[in-house]
Amino acid sequence: MKIHLANGHLIDPKHGVDAKQDVFIAAGKVVAIGRAPDGFAANRTIDTAGLTIMPGVVDLAARLREPGFEYKATLESEMLAAVAGGVTTLACPPDTDPPLDEPGLVEMLKHRAKSLNLAHVYPLGALTVGLAGERITEMAELTEAGCVAFSHADHPLTDNQVLLRALQYAATFDFSVWLRPQDAYLSKGGVAHDGEVATRLGLAGIPRCAETIAVSTILELARASGVRLHLARISSADGLKLVSAAKRDGLRVTCDVAVHHAHLSEIDIGYFDSNCNLVPPLRSPRDRDALRAGLEDGSVDAMCSDHTPVDDDGKLTPFGEAEPGATGLELLLPLTLKWATEAKLPLVAALGRITHRPAAILGIDAGHLGVGHPADICVFDPRMHWKVNPSNLRSQGKNTPFTGYELPGKVRFTLVEGRVVFEG
Amino acid sequence: MNNPQLNANGELTHLLSIEGLPRDILLQILDAAKSFAGVTDREVKKLPLLRGKSVFNLFFEPSTRTRTTFEIAAKRLSADVINLNVAVSSQSKGETLLDTIDNLAAMHADLFIVRHGQSGAPYMIARHLAPHMHVINAGDGRHAHPTQGLLDMYTIRHYKHDFTQLTVAIVGDVLHSKVARSLIHALTTLGAPEVRVIGPRTLLPTGVEKMGVRVFHDMEQGLRGVDVIVMLRLQNERMRGALLPSAQEFFKTYGLTAEKLALAKPDAIVMHPGPMNRGVEIDSAVADGPHSVILPQVTFGIAVRMAVMSIVAGN
Repeated sequence: MKIHLANGHLIDPKHGVDAKQDVFIAAGKVVAIGRAPDGFAANRTIDTAGLTIMPGVVDLAARLREPGFEYKATLESEMLAAVAGGVTTLACPPDTDPPLDEPGLVEMLKHRAKSLNLAHVYPLGALTVGLAGERITEMAELTEAGCVAFSHADHPLTDNQVLLRALQYAATFDFSVWLRPQDAYLSKGGVAHDGEVATRLGLAGIPRCAETIAVSTILELARASGVRLHLARISSADGLKLVSAAKRDGLRVTCDVAVHHAHLSEIDIGYFDSNCNLVPPLRSPRDRDALRAGLEDGSVDAMCSDHTPVDDDGKLTPFGEAEPGATGLELLLPLTLKWATEAKLPLVAALGRITHRPAAILGIDAGHLGVGHPADICVFDPRMHWKVNPSNLRSQGKNTPFTGYELPGKVRFTLVEGRVVFEG
Repeated sequence: MNNPQLNANGELTHLLSIEGLPRDILLQILDAAKSFAGVTDREVKKLPLLRGKSVFNLFFEPSTRTRTTFEIAAKRLSADVINLNVAVSSQSKGETLLDTIDNLAAMHADLFIVRHGQSGAPYMIARHLAPHMHVINAGDGRHAHPTQGLLDMYTIRHYKHDFTQLTVAIVGDVLHSKVARSLIHALTTLGAPEVRVIGPRTLLPTGVEKMGVRVFHDMEQGLRGVDVIVMLRLQNERMRGALLPSAQEFFKTYGLTAEKLALAKPDAIVMHPGPMNRGVEIDSAVADGPHSVILPQVTFGIAVRMAVMSIVAGN
């Protein structure tokens, strides 16, 4: 199948391209940019006049809920949501049931995802068996089965001896470890940022130091072990400051923020909106502004959806009893565009946070449109605004704090390895 | 964001929290309560204002005093009252909160009095109900206990007549107190010039000063010259979470004794939302002494709850 994307505006952050350029695709790869290669006869020419062509979105955190939580979402529903959101590559955390701690489970997930033939799925392996924080997993075997990194998802790992050894073991093979920094004791029972809003609403708080202490501890253990470290879902200004300082010291560390933390704050909880029950909690507007500044200056490497489909039973409850998380695969690109507009950042810079930068964290060849590389592509209409209506989302999870938002950017085509997998 | 307590005409349709309610509505409730207070003293203690209406007392956690005073208040307004101890019925059988509500709504409930252990639960119920049904929050988690806040205001007004010259001290476990939060909002809305909170750092919530209060950690300093002292209940489980070392030490540092009371104005009143822990937050000599208005608070609570029910169901 040869495809010609004609008359569109190409933005490829990795290669600094921001210009009207045609894209030529054959055998799943980009074969030319600008002018057709000699003898290229397209099977399909897609007129992308007025549309923006970009590398497919790379999402560092999307829960697909399989295996174990199929009542919340299935691979089918969430993979369709991914491509409808322009996401062509996603990493999924190991907090399934059972957790991804055995090669067989990972192979099965990879196989199921591959047979759907939609987005690429990169599982993160569990760092400890059962995510119980006691014994380390067979990381080499899991890597062979398809894991690209190891993580503890949102499960607590309180024993620093276990954590140090897990990091040392991973470092032996140069495996990357992704951790979400939150002290389990300081966050015990908490459901919201320990600040003005939680005080007013009478919600149990999670203080900022729950994050900064965990970041400090993890950074020290990373220093001691030499592991490649990724810190997931930074939520506070002070947490980010620690990561930036470690980067300046030459530590091999990257970090991301979730898209809701870049747009919302504790204030958005309003009158107990359980869709704002998120992990980590939404913090103060000052924290949010620091995360946005970090995205802008690059101290935050990537923005992810932290996609977490939750069914109504999990959200139609009082705030403190709600299951945390928000659906996000279909909102990651529009919310990135919104942020770029608000920050007055050119798209060629902003879109790097959801394309080649996360791809580099994953250590994969994705997130750019170099000639000879995979044709994973998103084409969107930058002028079209749409209103978020949960019932129109393809994800089985309808839980979003962005209901009613007018967002820019409607995905029109998504291509994975040169195949059109979504048309909207 | 629309205030979920008010209808399109700005009238009270649910009472969920004192926060966000205009001064006029608070005064309307206090004035109505005053007119109902007389009913309680009459031989026939009934008014027909809620005749034919069904009031569901929906208590997801037990609270005998609050439930009883709501029941009495509803009966004095001639309503049919149904008491549901949900904590031991449907919820324990796995029914969701909203399923419970739907079933009761199908029984043609007019007014729900909701007590729930989770902050914000009555908001969710109010959002879910059809517009002709009403919710009164009878205490949600640590968040709000608006009728308690109002009966505290009624009590203060009864003894002190005017809010605008008063210094009020709220003492003890503010962190876990729905009573304190409601009272703080009521006092600041009705113009009390100085509201103090007194307690150890472990029992005062982060940023409480942003609610418009002065923070004291030394009880003797905090009580100096105050007109009203509100003691909060200290629950035993606070000792388990490393918030306090012992009830004895708490009593020594933050318990109200006659000596500490002497630092307040000579005509100061002492209040407590109940149930009291004698010898933990308050000495018996004070609880039963001449400054105590703790039992009148309970009596006023009936008139205040009659006022709230009649206003909410009338709108």
